[in-house]
Amino acid sequence: MAFSTEDLQVMDSIIKRYPRSRSAIMPLLHFVQSKAGYVTNEGIEVIAKLLELEAAEVTAVSTFYTQYKPTPVGEYHVGVCTNTLCAIMGGDAIFASLKDHLGIGNDEVTADGKVSLEHIECNAACDYAPVVMANWEFYDNQTVESAKELVDSMRAGNPKPPTRGPSRLVTYKEASAVLAGLNDGLAHEGVQAGEPTLLGLKLSKEGK
Amino acid sequence: MSTEVSEMITVVIDGFEVSVPKGTLVIRAAEQLGIQIPRFCDHPLLDPVGACRQCLVDIEINGRAFPKPQASCTIPVEPGMIVKTQLTSPVAEKAQRGVMELLLVNHPLDCPVCDKGGECPLQNQAMSNGQGSSRFEGVKRTFEKPINISSQVLLDRERCVLCARCTRFSEQIASDPFITLNERGALQQVGIYENQPFESYFSGNTVQICPVGALTGAAYRFRARPFDLVSTPSACEHCASGCDMRTDVRRGKTLRRLAGEDASVNEEWNCDKGRWAFKYVTAIDRLKVPMIRNASGELVEASWPEALAVAAEGLKSAKAAVLVGGRATVEDAYGYSKFARVALGTNDIDFRSRLSSDEEREFIASRVVGSSTTYRDIDKADQVLLVGFEPEEESPIVFLRINKQFRKRALKVVSIGSKESIAVEKLKAEFVKVAPGQEAAAIASQKLTDKSVILVGERAAESAGALSAVAALADSTGAKLAWIPRRAGERGAIEAGAIGNLLPGGRPVTDAAARVDIATVWNTDSIPAEVGRSTSQIIDAVHAGQIGALVVGGVDPLDCDNSQAALSAMEKAFVVSLEIAPSAVTARANVVLPVAAVTEKSGSFLNWEGRARSFDAAVADSLNRSDLRILSMIADEMGISLNLGTVTAAAKEIASLGAWDGARATFNKVSAQAQPALNGDQALITSWRRLLDLGTLQEGEEHLAGTARRTVAVISPKRAQSMGVVDGDQLKISTAQGSVTLSALVENIHDDAVWAPRNSRGSQLLVNLGVAHGAVVTVVKA
Amino acid sequence: MTKLAPVLSAHWDEKDSFTLEGYKRHGGYKASEKALKMDPDAVIQLVKDSGLRGRGGAGFPTGMKWGFIPQGDNKDHYLVVNADESEPGTCKDTPLLMANPHVLIEGCIIACHAIRAKHAFIYIRGEITHVARRVNQAIADAYAAGILGNGIDVVLHVGAGAYICGEETALLDSLEGFRGQPRLRPPFPAIAGLYARPTVVNNVESIASVPAIVMNGAEWYQSMGTEKSKGTTLYSLSGHVANPGQFEAPLGITLREILELAGGMRPGHKLKFWTPGGSSTPLFTDEHLDVPLDYEGVAAAGSMLGTKALQIFDETTCVVRAVLRWTEFYKHESCGKCTPCREGTWWLVQILRDLEEGKGTEADLAKLLDLCDNIMGRSFCALGDGATSPITSSIKYFRDEYIAHLTNGACPFDPVASTLFVGAGA
Repeated sequence: MAFSTEDLQVMDSIIKRYPRSRSAIMPLLHFVQSKAGYVTNEGIEVIAKLLELEAAEVTAVSTFYTQYKPTPVGEYHVGVCTNTLCAIMGGDAIFASLKDHLGIGNDEVTADGKVSLEHIECNAACDYAPVVMANWEFYDNQTVESAKELVDSMRAGNPKPPTRGPSRLVTYKEASAVLAGLNDGLAHEGVQAGEPTLLGLKLSKEGK
Repeated sequence: MSTEVSEMITVVIDGFEVSVPKGTLVIRAAEQLGIQIPRFCDHPLLDPVGACRQCLVDIEINGRAFPKPQASCTIPVEPGMIVKTQLTSPVAEKAQRGVMELLLVNHPLDCPVCDKGGECPLQNQAMSNGQGSSRFEGVKRTFEKPINISSQVLLDRERCVLCARCTRFSEQIASDPFITLNERGALQQVGIYENQPFESYFSGNTVQICPVGALTGAAYRFRARPFDLVSTPSACEHCASGCDMRTDVRRGKTLRRLAGEDASVNEEWNCDKGRWAFKYVTAIDRLKVPMIRNASGELVEASWPEALAVAAEGLKSAKAAVLVGGRATVEDAYGYSKFARVALGTNDIDFRSRLSSDEEREFIASRVVGSSTTYRDIDKADQVLLVGFEPEEESPIVFLRINKQFRKRALKVVSIGSKESIAVEKLKAEFVKVAPGQEAAAIASQKLTDKSVILVGERAAESAGALSAVAALADSTGAKLAWIPRRAGERGAIEAGAIGNLLPGGRPVTDAAARVDIATVWNTDSIPAEVGRSTSQIIDAVHAGQIGALVVGGVDPLDCDNSQAALSAMEKAFVVSLEIAPSAVTARANVVLPVAAVTEKSGSFLNWEGRARSFDAAVADSLNRSDLRILSMIADEMGISLNLGTVTAAAKEIASLGAWDGARATFNKVSAQAQPALNGDQALITSWRRLLDLGTLQEGEEHLAGTARRTVAVISPKRAQSMGVVDGDQLKISTAQGSVTLSALVENIHDDAVWAPRNSRGSQLLVNLGVAHGAVVTVVKA
Repeated sequence: MTKLAPVLSAHWDEKDSFTLEGYKRHGGYKASEKALKMDPDAVIQLVKDSGLRGRGGAGFPTGMKWGFIPQGDNKDHYLVVNADESEPGTCKDTPLLMANPHVLIEGCIIACHAIRAKHAFIYIRGEITHVARRVNQAIADAYAAGILGNGIDVVLHVGAGAYICGEETALLDSLEGFRGQPRLRPPFPAIAGLYARPTVVNNVESIASVPAIVMNGAEWYQSMGTEKSKGTTLYSLSGHVANPGQFEAPLGITLREILELAGGMRPGHKLKFWTPGGSSTPLFTDEHLDVPLDYEGVAAAGSMLGTKALQIFDETTCVVRAVLRWTEFYKHESCGKCTPCREGTWWLVQILRDLEEGKGTEADLAKLLDLCDNIMGRSFCALGDGATSPITSSIKYFRDEYIAHLTNGACPFDPVASTLFVGAGA
């Protein structure tokens, strides 16, 4: 795919956020993923040109960060937290069952291109363990069964909404655009907090 | 001279006091005491990084101890500092042993097949600071064994200890960040972007500073063990930068060359041509025995006495002149200079076997000879002005030095030219764009101070008035001036008097006292008083019948202004050719005398600074004789003694002459020429030689040639638009003599200009077009 | 019994707490209004007086950090907010930003004013789309309301999955568009930080705490907490407890108190080990239930307060498995710059894997500890140090359990027993 004039304008606006253009490399890589679904060579070369860098310098950055994918991921990229706490509380079992259920391994995509799977590190939602992320939206308090239902809903083209997030699950590309700092108008959707987040406040109001 | 007094700081290392300048890193203060702290990532010319953690030492300052060992490569000395290295601190010793063990966890045990084996810092320091065996019983990280990151550099990621010397060099020194650290953690690895190889002119330095065998050169791979090599300090013969070098020879054959250390010149770097272009000595079909042309016009082998007799006879029986290329050593050039005056009785000698002018010759005599602008002046400059000079292509170490100051303190660089170069971009230089041939006016309008440095290249001679303008600018501003030729021998040839208007030591031919000086030392009656002919005048004189014989050494007629005329002149005249290999000259010569290549003889070059770069023979047992020796033999045969039996004798005689302290030759300034009118298809050609091209001394170096820049024809966006040309279209550039057809590249170039490489594959302008700068050519879409 | 003290979390239970209206309903942006009228040095002094210390883990006094910024140097200054919350177990900034991004923006305005910065960057981890969305919207709303853009700009910068970028100098390199690897110090960010300009890098919670301090005064803040650890903070309780969640309390509360509030361990189980502040802080056991959770108290007991990420594990949990998994995390997240961390974590994981599978001998424990000794304090940054914490502390408290793996020839634990859905037919 080629980047359109509009794309280049967006990229330019991303660069303008920063006092020094090189800082834009990360949002630009997210932006490339929002267009291509992963970091393409074309994306690397466009960024290099826009930022007056060598392509090798862009590659050095893109390969450092786990979220920049060298190959296409699924429309719904599912991350199962298997860091210690989530793993022990069920993450390992969830990840194993999803691999089995989807017939794919870590960092692999289903043949229909709908779902990819990755075991991920701690995602800052430990009070909701075990946690599954899809396109980096929260699916809290998962079980083996709920996780299977989740990926099934994705493959059926009607993914369940995140627990704490917009009322529909955006695609991987759409999520990447958000990570590039673009506004998709969905910030107001979803809860402001889940129950565990509010537990202390609730108890305090009860006089504790 | 300014003296820089730096504050000294005294510290105690392992119980010994040492005083070092403020800012000195602990690891180097220790070196002053002879205490070697092991290290990998540390390199004195790269920014400290503290990555490998091999150099951990215990430090306390005024009684306050750091809670943990510190990387001595990152900590500058401070007053009251007490350092305990591995020699006196068990903690530091264990820390170093621990780091060494960790470094070896993922290092393959392939030393027996590794090029670095025997000179490997990892191997050596594992022995000195490691432990006998590893406790690691697990699985090592594996990668695909060596991958080519360019045609001349191979990367073995398993061996890499991730010290980042190579990537830091490429970024910090060469400004060519084509290799980078990629991935993360234990998978971190050096790499390139897959569509862009490591094609930096300086890539070989990374091989040299790699502390393991991760980066190796294709040419040297699996060729030798370091302990089988005989190393000789040498000087680079490729350009006028003057790199100190080391030549490693095994059984009479050069196997590799490394950058030597000279803080005032090349520091510890060199370019890839200097490092990897040496096979020409053996690759080309070397001349081994003298040859003479027989009655039927064939070149046949002859004995030395026979050949010398024919040469002497031929030179005695006609008015003779000398053409010596720009690659002679000082001593050889001196031999030609003296030979011309003493044996041939003429000042008709010129080392400039390239585009040149009379303006240039006067500029040389009045401004270049004896001048002493140096690399250090670039270090201190408030601004550097480049005129007719592409440092990265034409004198790479000059580029590195400018780049060092640019990176360190944003040194302002201004470049006057017609096409913006890669170096101009890298240096963020102000590019003063002029039409080819119109440099003079731009030069005149430059604002400089007495702290500025003007670096003018040999191509300035190709633009009338440019050198006059440069001289005037230097005079009016007090800026330092340096003329930087491309070839290694040119500055030496000037000082040796291998040019028609100068005698050795910068003595003007026209100065009677100067002539007396020289005649006295040379023990000759007199020196001709008239200014000799230049290269093109000599060629013309042959055609006019005024000159009947030529002594030609190391000249490629195809580099000359009117190459066709040069070639036919050599057919017409009686030619004595001193050469290492068959050439266009030997093909036309009457006598061919084989000479030694630079590795086979001792001698010296003067780099652009005028700094002597002397060297010994790297190949000790060569039977080949230097030009100097052979000239002496010819002279003897002519009944004249040059008294230059050896290089040492010549060097002594040169030293005894000293430099001229009288008046300099005058410089008759030349004015610029008006720009020719151009019609729609016409443009003014401009070009330079790239560092890596079809130069004779790069013969046989396929790996090196693979990294040469792409041959393209460059036009401006405006011209491209009017022609309907985009990048990659074919452009035909033509003159009455011929044409070249090249892939188009639309870049920042003067609208009236078209650029092509002067001597690259598919683009040998002097042969193909007969012009190289400022002349009108026709440019059409092919 | 220490009482909870919601300040940051006071209004999170309102549905629109994350909106500008919701924030303004409770006096939002009054603090910045007030601070902008103050002399910047007075703001710094106020924060100094409050005793606020860095909530990212190190506990450096925030006001002092601000005071290090050279004044009148005619250089651009920057504020960088570290929202790259990635330390295992740590989950306080993320819900804070989801529920109330405006408090961070207001904190940024105040901090920028104090340190004479015109530009603040919020570096948020990349794996939380909705939080990025909320923060970005809040910034946009603040611009639209004229709160931002009048001399102070705030830019959201989204990371891309690299734990090391929580290290402040790695974060700066990442923000400048490089690989997120830590920088040499000195120079410290206060002198040469972002773009080599004086820069303050603060944790989200630290900056978010500032508006309340400005509104209520240093004395109010001082009145909460312990002698050297002032104010309230978010404790994040997770794991094998009856009710996990966020508990905002004065510094110095104990785990026993929090557990009591939270309804204790999950029914039928007892506490085995826990982290006081994420996986990089040495483990505690049930011996440490009464350690005051402030900077000094935790340090005195041999660990670190860190991010106050209280990860609770009960007796069903295999400590070797837990430690192996953390070690795998450190290996995955090691930036690769320095030898001890890069190669050390590679090696540690292999030894621990063997141990968990019951392979090896007791000598391997000694080797493991010696390796940790060769990594701890030898690495370039604290990541390598952190990697050794779970290992050395677990061997200290649970050596017998390691040996049991070896004598058993396999892990003696049933992983199913420690899942939340044990017995649920999973």
